[in-house]
Amino acid sequence: MTEIVIIGAGECGVRAAFSLREYGHDGAITLIGAESALPYERPPLSKAMDGTEKPIRPADAYDTAGIDLVLGTDVARIDPEARRVFLGNGVDLPYHMLLLATGARARLFPSLRGCLTLRTDSDAEAIMARLAPNTRIGIVGGGFIGLELAATARATGAKVTVVEAAPRLLARGVPTEIASIVEARHRTAGVEIRTGTGVSSATNRTITLADGETLTFDAVIAGVGSVPNTELAADAGLAVENGIRVDEWFRTSDQRIFAAGDCCSFVWRGTRVRLESWKAAQDQGAFVAAAMLGRTNDGGYRHVPWFWSDQYDQSLQVAGLFDADSPVQQRDAGQDKRIVFQCDAENVLVAAAGIGPGNSVSKDIRILEKLIERGARVDPSVLADPSLNLKRLLRAA
Amino acid sequence: MAEWIDACATDDIEEEDVIRFDHGSRTFIIVRDHEENYYCTDGLCTHEDVHLADGLVVEATIECPKHSSIFDVTNGDVETPPACESLQRYPTRIEGGRVFVEI
Repeated sequence: MTEIVIIGAGECGVRAAFSLREYGHDGAITLIGAESALPYERPPLSKAMDGTEKPIRPADAYDTAGIDLVLGTDVARIDPEARRVFLGNGVDLPYHMLLLATGARARLFPSLRGCLTLRTDSDAEAIMARLAPNTRIGIVGGGFIGLELAATARATGAKVTVVEAAPRLLARGVPTEIASIVEARHRTAGVEIRTGTGVSSATNRTITLADGETLTFDAVIAGVGSVPNTELAADAGLAVENGIRVDEWFRTSDQRIFAAGDCCSFVWRGTRVRLESWKAAQDQGAFVAAAMLGRTNDGGYRHVPWFWSDQYDQSLQVAGLFDADSPVQQRDAGQDKRIVFQCDAENVLVAAAGIGPGNSVSKDIRILEKLIERGARVDPSVLADPSLNLKRLLRAA
Repeated sequence: MAEWIDACATDDIEEEDVIRFDHGSRTFIIVRDHEENYYCTDGLCTHEDVHLADGLVVEATIECPKHSSIFDVTNGDVETPPACESLQRYPTRIEGGRVFVEI
């Protein structure tokens, strides 16, 4: 009677399944995915054009670990009283504990119906099929999905226009000092960027701006955020608050049901947040697996939110959550790189971001991430000084 | 045939750090841990062929600069995915202030 069922076979669900085994769970593990492909990585979807999926784990790893992988199967409902999951194909499964790793889906406002969106392998295939030299591609939304697709589209020779309602790109979560470099890079590559430009509606061929102007394209892609998949949880009576509401152990309002990854909202440093991040999905998958097995003695979830984006030859990384209303400081990182950070009123480092060619800022951002994780106090003027060796600072923290 | 190669001086690598070492058409990393031990492994992450030399060394581990896979350089094993495959590890020995690797 120790069956664990995991709904959702993305990064979070897969990591949780393997972690459960690693942590010694010897009962049955059933991992249910709605998509039919072997669980695959989503980050390459906005970047790679060859259409080949990169599996998260090789096919035989599931067998070896004794994970029962059920693909191409929807879940119809959960009965928390009977502790059973009812699948769309009529099968139902008992559970001792249940993990909801249902992820998120691309948001599509009714006014944008007809636009292409990106979340799955088939979405990517549909988009990549439209990219060709001189094809006119319109992108609604200057966030990560929109911008990574803009870079990918330019590489094929397509003509790209990005329309963003906010006054600047990457307004959610990336400081201006970094976003301006991204914007300049796109402009250099020939992408037309229209910030501060509202969209009143869009179709598969047109974007109509708030001022009434209509732009015509060969394809229009909307990258305007995502919506957590909370319907199963809500139908089962679980608390939902911008995602499935979980406590510090990623437990929902039902003691036997956990939720993790893009579908959940959790408290990080006093604020309830929901992350849409590849790394957080994995970190939370591993953490929740331990929590489900009662391994809660090493404290609550401490992983710092972290994400990256590759566009052209540049890579940007962000660790921690920037407060958009507070100032950021800059660390002199050399000519072609930029690193910024933010401390709170007590000089505790809360967030850091960097951009540069290739992986040139990775090591510094990783060190800053570790300092954030440790709640390190730093004198901002010292941290800004390039002569300070970050590695030594980390050893002392 | 594996042979011993003089790769670098011991103090070419800072404490808890890494350098890239290319030999022939192959690329390796040489890691110096926090206790003066030197390790050599393949230089590319097994996940997406990213150069690990840009990654952060903590004690005897290295973290991929791109997707954060963590490897134990004492045996090449994956400590944290997304990488699934271990790194190939190669013997090292220190002689006269030089690091030799058998590759």
